[in-house]
Amino acid sequence: MSKGLPETRTDTAMSELVPEPRPKPAVPMKPVSINSNLLGYIGIDTIIEQMRKKTMKTGFDFNIMVVGQSGLGKSTLVNTLFKSQVSRKASSWNREEKIPKTVEIKAIGHVIEEGGVKMKLTVIDTPGFGDQINNENCWEPIEKYINEQYEKFLKEEVNIARKKRIPDTRVHCCLYFISPTGHSLRPLDLEFMKHLSKVVNIIPVIAKADTMTLEEKSEFKQRVRKELEVNGIEFYPQKEFDEDLEDKTENDKIRQESMPFAVVGSDKEYQVNGKRVLGRKTPWGIIEVENLSHCEFALLRDFVIRTHLQDLKEVTHNIHYETYRAKRLNDNGGLPPGEGLLGTVLPPVPATPCPTAE
Amino acid sequence: MSKQQPTQFINPETPGYVGFANLPNQVHRKSVKKGFEFTLMVVGESGLGKSTLINSLFLTDLYPERVIPGAAEKIERTVQIEASTVEIEERGVKLRLTVVDTPGYGDAINCRDCFKTIISYIDEQFERYLHDESGLNRRHIVDNRVHCCFYFISPFGHGLKPLDVAFMKAIHNKVNIVPVIAKADTLTLKERERLKKRILDEIEEHSIKIYHLPDAESDEDEDFKEQTRLLKASIPFSVVGSNQLIEAKGKKVRGRLYPWGVVEVENPEHNDFLKLRTMLITHMQDLQEVTQDLHYENFRSERLKRGGRKVENEDMNKDQILLEKEAELRRMQEMIARMQAQMQLQMQGGDSDGGAHGHHV
Repeated sequence: MSKGLPETRTDTAMSELVPEPRPKPAVPMKPVSINSNLLGYIGIDTIIEQMRKKTMKTGFDFNIMVVGQSGLGKSTLVNTLFKSQVSRKASSWNREEKIPKTVEIKAIGHVIEEGGVKMKLTVIDTPGFGDQINNENCWEPIEKYINEQYEKFLKEEVNIARKKRIPDTRVHCCLYFISPTGHSLRPLDLEFMKHLSKVVNIIPVIAKADTMTLEEKSEFKQRVRKELEVNGIEFYPQKEFDEDLEDKTENDKIRQESMPFAVVGSDKEYQVNGKRVLGRKTPWGIIEVENLSHCEFALLRDFVIRTHLQDLKEVTHNIHYETYRAKRLNDNGGLPPGEGLLGTVLPPVPATPCPTAE
Repeated sequence: MSKQQPTQFINPETPGYVGFANLPNQVHRKSVKKGFEFTLMVVGESGLGKSTLINSLFLTDLYPERVIPGAAEKIERTVQIEASTVEIEERGVKLRLTVVDTPGYGDAINCRDCFKTIISYIDEQFERYLHDESGLNRRHIVDNRVHCCFYFISPFGHGLKPLDVAFMKAIHNKVNIVPVIAKADTLTLKERERLKKRILDEIEEHSIKIYHLPDAESDEDEDFKEQTRLLKASIPFSVVGSNQLIEAKGKKVRGRLYPWGVVEVENPEHNDFLKLRTMLITHMQDLQEVTQDLHYENFRSERLKRGGRKVENEDMNKDQILLEKEAELRRMQEMIARMQAQMQLQMQGGDSDGGAHGHHV
C-alpha cells in the first residue's frame, strides 16, 4: 500500500521516513497508452527496489501503547507479537509488583532487526489503569502523554533550524485490552475508548481468549462490536479514512468480522505434532497461540505488523497529528506555538472533554 | 416378647443403660422433618461465572429469565440485592436455599460505594432476627441471616485487587467469607498455584478473616481426616462451572468444550469444583453455627450496647474527653470570676451580703 514517493534521507543513522501527505483524489487524465515494448524498457518500476533499499538502510520507528487492567496479559502479548522480550516485564520476571496508586506511563525502547530491516520499537505500558476502587478520569494521564508527544513533534517541526529527521515518539497504535467476561464491555472501557479514539488509533483486543468457548467468543464479539457502534466509537481502521474501494472492502471485512481480535499470548514453547509451537499447557490440552482455530493471535499479528503497519503510522501523522496541529495553531491565532500574541509560550492543548450523554 | 426395634434401642433392661444415647437420632429425625435453611450470598464483578457456578452447584437453574445489561446501562446502575429461594429435596431431606446475588458490584467506574448496599442488607437480616428473637411469639423464626458469602476473585489479575481487599475487610466480621477463584480454566496449573499462594499471602498481609474449616475431630475416621486436610490445603478453591453435557472419553460429563480439549467440571484434576461442593455440604451446619455464635453475637452485643441511643463514636479518644473537661473547667472559672466581680460591686455599693457562695469546682 505505497502512497506517493517518500522523501529520501541521506543520513544512514536511524531515522524516520516522513510519509508524504495522501494525494487528493484528482480527476484522472485520460490515460495516454504508451506501448513501452515499442520504445524499450525504461525502468520506472525500479523505484520500488530503491525505496526498499533506503528503508533497509534507515530503518523506522514504531510506537505501540498497551492499555488495560492489570493481569490481562498485555506484556506477554507484546512479547509474543514481536517474538522478543520487549515489554516492561521482560527485564525481571517480577510478578510481585504492586499495583501503582495512579496510572503510570512507562516507555521502553528496543531495536529489533529482521531480514536486514531495523525497527526501533517502543512499547508504552500504562500500569495502574483501571485497577483502583475509584477509576474516574484514569484515562487523563494517557491522553496527556499522547498529546505531549504531538506537541514535541510540532515544536520540532516549526523550528527554524529543524533537524533533518524529527524523532517520532508519537503513539502510532494503542491496543486496548478488553476483559473476557463474556457479557459486554465495562463502563470504563466505553469511557476510555470514547475519549481516546479521537486522538490515537485504537485497536480493541479481547484478552485471555482461552477463557471462552467458540460460541461464547463469537457472541461476545458481536455484542462488543454492536456496543462500540451504538456508542459511536471509531476504532482503527476508521471508516472515514478508507481511501479507495479496495481499502474499504478489505477493511470492512476486518471491521465487521474479525475485530475485536480474541487473542492468547505466550512466550513458552511446547511440542505439538512434532513441531515446536508457542502455547499454554493445561491438563486438558495445549492451546496453540498461532493456531487460527484456537485464537486470533495470528490475525492480529498480520494486521498490525504485516499489512497495516505503515498505514498506522500514516494515519497517526496525517490525521491525528494534523488535527492536533490545526487546533494548536488555531488556538494560537494562526501562529506557530511558542509565539503568542505577546510572545508568551502557550501551554499544550489540555485533554479534550468528551461530549457524553450525561 | 418385646419387638426388636432395628438399631434404635438396645435392650433397655441392660443394667447401667439409661437410653439418652438415642438423643442424636431423635434430633436427626426432627431436623429432617423440619428441613434446613441456608442463605448463601454471592459477590463478585460481572462476568466471573457466579450464576453458572451456583446453577452447577445445586443442579438447578436459579436464573431462568436473565437479561444481561450492556455497558451503557451499567454506568447508571447501582448495586442491587436479589434474593432467590429454592426448595431442594434429596432423599427425604429438605433444604430451603436462598441465594443472594449482588449484580452491579464492581461495575461502576467509581466503586467507592459498592459495598454499602451489601453491608446494610447483611445488617438488616441480623436486625430482623434479633427483633424476632426478642419478640413474644418465637415459634416460627425465619432465619434469613447470611450464613456464607462466596467472594469471587478474578483469575485475570495477579492477586487481590484493591476493591477485593476493601470489601473483604468491611464484611469479615459480619459473615463467613469463602474466597473462590472464578473461571479457573483460564489458568495453567502453575499459574493457579502461584495465584492461590499470592492470594493467601495478601489475605494474611491485610489481616482479612476468612472462614476456616474446623479440623477433623480425633475420633473421626482417617478418610474424613484426610479429606479435611485436602480441603484446607486447596483454599482458595479455583472452580469452573457448567451445566452443559459434553461427550468426553465415551461418557457424558458436565464441562466446557474448547477446540483444544474438554474441561470437566467434576474432575478434581481440572478444578476444585467438587472440593467446593463437599466443603459447602459437609460444613453447612458449621457455617450456620459460626454465623450464630460469632457474627450474630457480635452484631447483637454491639446493637444492645447502643440500645436506644443514637450511634455514638464508641472510641472517643482520651484527648477529646480531656478537651471537653478543660472547656468545662474554663466555663466554671469564668462563672466564678463573674460572680466575684458581682460581689465586689455589691460590696462597693455598700450592701454587705456576707460571704461568697462557695462553689466547689
